[in-house]
Amino acid sequence: MEEQYPTEYGPKWSDQRVERMLGALVLTVVGLLLALIVTVFVRAWPSFSHNGLAWFGAGGNVDDQLNAIFLSGQNGLEYVYTFHAWPLIWSTLLITGGAVLISLFSALFVAVFIVEFAPDWMSNVLQPVIRFLASVPSVIYGLIGVVVLVPFIGNHLVTEPQKASVAGIISLTGYSLVAAVLVLTVMIAPLMVSIFSDGLRAVKPGWLEGSLALGINRWRTTWKIGVRSARPAIIAGTVLAVARAIGEAVMLAMISGSVGFAPNPADGLIFIYEPSRPLAPTIVKNIDQLSSPPANATLFAIAAVLLFSAATFSLTGYMARRAMRKYGAA
Amino acid sequence: MEPVRTPAPPEKPRAVAPSTAPQPPTPSPGGHTGAVEGTATWALSDRIGLAICWALGLLFCAIAVAIVVYLLVQGIKFLRPEMLWTPAAAGFSESETGGFSDALFGTLIVAVMGISLALPAGVAVAVWLVEYGRPAPLARITEMTIEAIAGIPSIVLALFGTVIFSSTALGFLSRTSEGVVFGRSFFAASAMLSLVALPLIVASVREGLNSIPRHVREASYAVGKTKAATTRRILLPTCRPQVATGAMLGLGRIIGDTAIIVVLLGATQNFAPVEGVGFPFNYLRGAGTTLTNFVYEASPTGNLNQPQKAYAAAFVLLLMVLALNAAVDVVHRRARKVGTWSH
Repeated sequence: MEEQYPTEYGPKWSDQRVERMLGALVLTVVGLLLALIVTVFVRAWPSFSHNGLAWFGAGGNVDDQLNAIFLSGQNGLEYVYTFHAWPLIWSTLLITGGAVLISLFSALFVAVFIVEFAPDWMSNVLQPVIRFLASVPSVIYGLIGVVVLVPFIGNHLVTEPQKASVAGIISLTGYSLVAAVLVLTVMIAPLMVSIFSDGLRAVKPGWLEGSLALGINRWRTTWKIGVRSARPAIIAGTVLAVARAIGEAVMLAMISGSVGFAPNPADGLIFIYEPSRPLAPTIVKNIDQLSSPPANATLFAIAAVLLFSAATFSLTGYMARRAMRKYGAA
Repeated sequence: MEPVRTPAPPEKPRAVAPSTAPQPPTPSPGGHTGAVEGTATWALSDRIGLAICWALGLLFCAIAVAIVVYLLVQGIKFLRPEMLWTPAAAGFSESETGGFSDALFGTLIVAVMGISLALPAGVAVAVWLVEYGRPAPLARITEMTIEAIAGIPSIVLALFGTVIFSSTALGFLSRTSEGVVFGRSFFAASAMLSLVALPLIVASVREGLNSIPRHVREASYAVGKTKAATTRRILLPTCRPQVATGAMLGLGRIIGDTAIIVVLLGATQNFAPVEGVGFPFNYLRGAGTTLTNFVYEASPTGNLNQPQKAYAAAFVLLLMVLALNAAVDVVHRRARKVGTWSH
């Protein structure tokens, strides 16, 4: 027996030892996440404690505030922390919400199509296409948005009267909510499609057959039985896509317009052409201000908000998928 | 739910899911083989719905084709071979500013270092979760940790990286001057990028390990192998396709990430080796750039604003992503041909 096993599987690689080593590694990973959470919130604390709940409120020009915060740390003056992030939060809500709504609708149809209705050649084309769209780097989406979509919107969709009507406040150049929403939709829809179609494939065939045997056509069977039983997958996919959308920084830094401005839907349809800047791109744009202590705290405060919301969403997705597993799916 | 009122058309049954016994050699993903029900008897709303399906499916294909064709055309127009081995230089016009060789090498360095950190760690975490997983609460916490890491925006990881890598204890991983640790280096960026890749690798390897039936492990234990030996000699070789898939998905995320590079690799378009340190550590401890960072800076919104070079670099980047996608496809197909343990 002994010579059959190389010495590497002797006492040196006994099960207890391996288990302890792997366990130590796992604990390191868990510890790293805890360290990350603690660090981000500790660094963010000065900004939150100086502003209180007003941090999330509106008031003043966000870009001026960020500038004042940065300069106060540079010039050895008393640190300024006043920061009201509402325009950034509002922009995040609008862009994420818009993109998630559009992609929820389209991803559901595409997933149903791939799983149930597409002819073989079509689903053999669509699946690699979806995988490809999911793997294109965000900076490439950003580049294409900047050189194709943004000029198109600026030159052809926004009319001169519209540009004139907001001339003193903001300039409509095509860097806009609608550009950001459209590109973000293309980025997150593939993620949703793949999770939705996993869920749809896991629906018990017997349930669908039962419905088909009653003479219900395939379309209605799919939507009433298939899609309904795959609801946990749909929740999981949506929630994960929201988490991804909230954290998207680089693409949005390129095409959202990078102005701390809150587009107001009450102004009519023109608001979709207005520029703004969500939370995550704000960090990217101001990253060279990290050396100024108050700016550092402010950026970490933004990161803390992102971390909290993205982690909440992805853990909700995790719970939804656990539920899915309990019903035999996924 | 009301049944459809048409007097029972002869609907052909939907041939069902992959679980039913005899399979054609290449099962289609949807599982429908042979004839399917026609739509002639459907209500108008159902047919409109199906039309929306087709339209959206074709739209996604069109978007993908448009991205590839657009970058292909621009890439062929603007990519000069010498860009691949000329470093970026300062200049007034696009003809004077050199190429992006440093960015290309930067991407390769970051990819190799990131994946060589993430792959062993990811495989180890997956093995622990599936094969050991005791105590159970720790397993739950670990699962949640991996999910949470997958959900953390990379810009937050990057900010966290600035904190750990500017600590004096880790000063040997980046440039230090007068006691101040610069904190931006290939080491820092790769370490954080490996966290981006980790969840993908863990998920893929777990899936592979879970698909191996119990009796395979029991057979191995029965001939006296330890758990560690079983994992090393039987389980991991069996799920090699999933390990490869996870690694390639992770690589794709690493070379595609921009936020971490912008924050942790330094705002430069050239290598900035640290003096007084031996090769290769002088480069790895110094700042640098990658293709994603180059595209970001060279795009019309960036600091360099050289759209032609941005197209060229984006084209090279897209080729890498396409190659990785193709590799994943090949691995999948080969794995399917070889077969799994399910029969």
